[in-house]
Amino acid sequence: MSKYKGQAAVIFQEQIATDIYSLWIEVPCMASEAKPGQFLSLYTQDGSKLLPRPISICEIDKLQGRLRLVYRVTGKETGTELFSRLESGDTLEVMGPLGNGFPLENPGRAFLIGGGIGVPPMLELAKQLPGAKQIIAGYRDELFLTEDLERYGELYVATEDGSAGTRGNVLDAVREHGLAADVIYACGPAPMLRALKAYAEEYGIVCYISLEEKMACGIGACLACVCRSKETDSHSNVHNKRVCKDGPVFLSTEVEI
Amino acid sequence: MDTKVNLAGVELKNPVMTASGTFGSGEEYSEFVDLSRLGAVVTKGVANVPWPGNPVPRIAETKSGMMNAIGLQNPGIDVFCRRDIPFLKQFDTKIIVNVCGKTMEDYCEVVERLGEEEVDMLEINISCPNVKEGGIAFGQNPKAVEEITAEVKKRAKQPVIMKLSPNVTDITETAKAAEAGGADVLSLINTLTGMKIDIHRRAFALANKTGGLSGPAVKPVAVRMVYQVANAVKLPVIGMGGIETAEDAIEFLLAGASAVSVGTANFYNPSATVQVAEGIEDYLERYGFEHVSDLTGLVK
Repeated sequence: MSKYKGQAAVIFQEQIATDIYSLWIEVPCMASEAKPGQFLSLYTQDGSKLLPRPISICEIDKLQGRLRLVYRVTGKETGTELFSRLESGDTLEVMGPLGNGFPLENPGRAFLIGGGIGVPPMLELAKQLPGAKQIIAGYRDELFLTEDLERYGELYVATEDGSAGTRGNVLDAVREHGLAADVIYACGPAPMLRALKAYAEEYGIVCYISLEEKMACGIGACLACVCRSKETDSHSNVHNKRVCKDGPVFLSTEVEI
Repeated sequence: MDTKVNLAGVELKNPVMTASGTFGSGEEYSEFVDLSRLGAVVTKGVANVPWPGNPVPRIAETKSGMMNAIGLQNPGIDVFCRRDIPFLKQFDTKIIVNVCGKTMEDYCEVVERLGEEEVDMLEINISCPNVKEGGIAFGQNPKAVEEITAEVKKRAKQPVIMKLSPNVTDITETAKAAEAGGADVLSLINTLTGMKIDIHRRAFALANKTGGLSGPAVKPVAVRMVYQVANAVKLPVIGMGGIETAEDAIEFLLAGASAVSVGTANFYNPSATVQVAEGIEDYLERYGFEHVSDLTGLVK
């Protein structure tokens, strides 16, 4: 595995929902290596914001050497707000691809479950994963990426306010439609992942979850972004796996969340 | 041009090293930098037994800086000796092992164990602000600094660097105490204790409530303290605190440091150490200095 750190060319950026932006960058050496579920470190040009922002990969276009990143602007004067101002022709400093990504052996019927800003990595996964795919996307209210997702599997939507699809969360959608699966791939907020971990244990199915944690280096050195692991971790000999390097994708049974 | 520096009889090919805790044991960074280009690699702190560290979130960004409260997560001395020392031995660089502990006995156990290992120097961390026991508890009291330095020196087979805390009223007092205890070298500064509150969650940004501030924001404080200490003791000083470029490093040398460590910058520029080393060479050439050691303490 080789990591690249350098400039990427901004090809195109558009806002696709409130505070949600879709950014295509051209960086062939990264696009050729990238896997669904991996992430990039993005650097701002504001010297007072030191740390890179970890952003998941939404789509990979190996042919054109491009990556799509879909991210949420987290507030005024934040790093993500600076990224949202990028236009085609600009450059962006990036490092990656980072992390392990999702395994791509689909043993049967799969749930691909995304919640909020955890939806984007499900798109490339849906494109690459073989077999039958049921994609369940949960939102607070406003939808995004649904038209892209429904091209690669059966799409079910849940919204907290009931404005689209099932009113409630992703598991409410699973129950409402009577869906079943042999494996789960998921990315989203901690309460959703916790519920899916319990669901997978109840039904005895394999569940891969992508975790998020505050990061500094992004390459496994600083030990900021750890999660509690069931087994002793090989790096620090305790029970702390590194989200950036050992993850972000873990089997739900190997981590405590 | 001579970039070599001598620290307590240990010759470094150049004055650039890594700051403990920002570089692991080098493995993650070896993809980005040739470790053989560095004067020394200073490892993340290692204790007698594995430490799990603090709850998350462990870091928070602040303007031109960051705060951390990792809590010295480490695999313990056994795994460290079996895995990390052999890894570092592959490179032509000096190995400096940072030692942490909760009690005097913990420190001494690690120091004695390292006596059997091929490492070049020991750095004693008596200044971590993020663990309740040990760490800074030793580092803020001059008497305790002298005592632990003396106990470590009795057992150490390698030269001993005492790493000082900036979280004191007068850093020359702890510096002199370490000198009186027999320290060979001093390194400073460790992080400055800080706090950040998330006003939207109405909670502390770090699970530990407080954390250690590092990065460019702390550099002027660090340069001032290096100047004070270098002028108060006879020992060589390793300067650090917010170094991201060669220009930053040269400030520390001119203030009195014999060597420098690059810390937080590694997190946002994995090649920072080598770039600093190269930039120092350019500076020596530009101003016609023959030895990098000629810069040390040049500004009085």
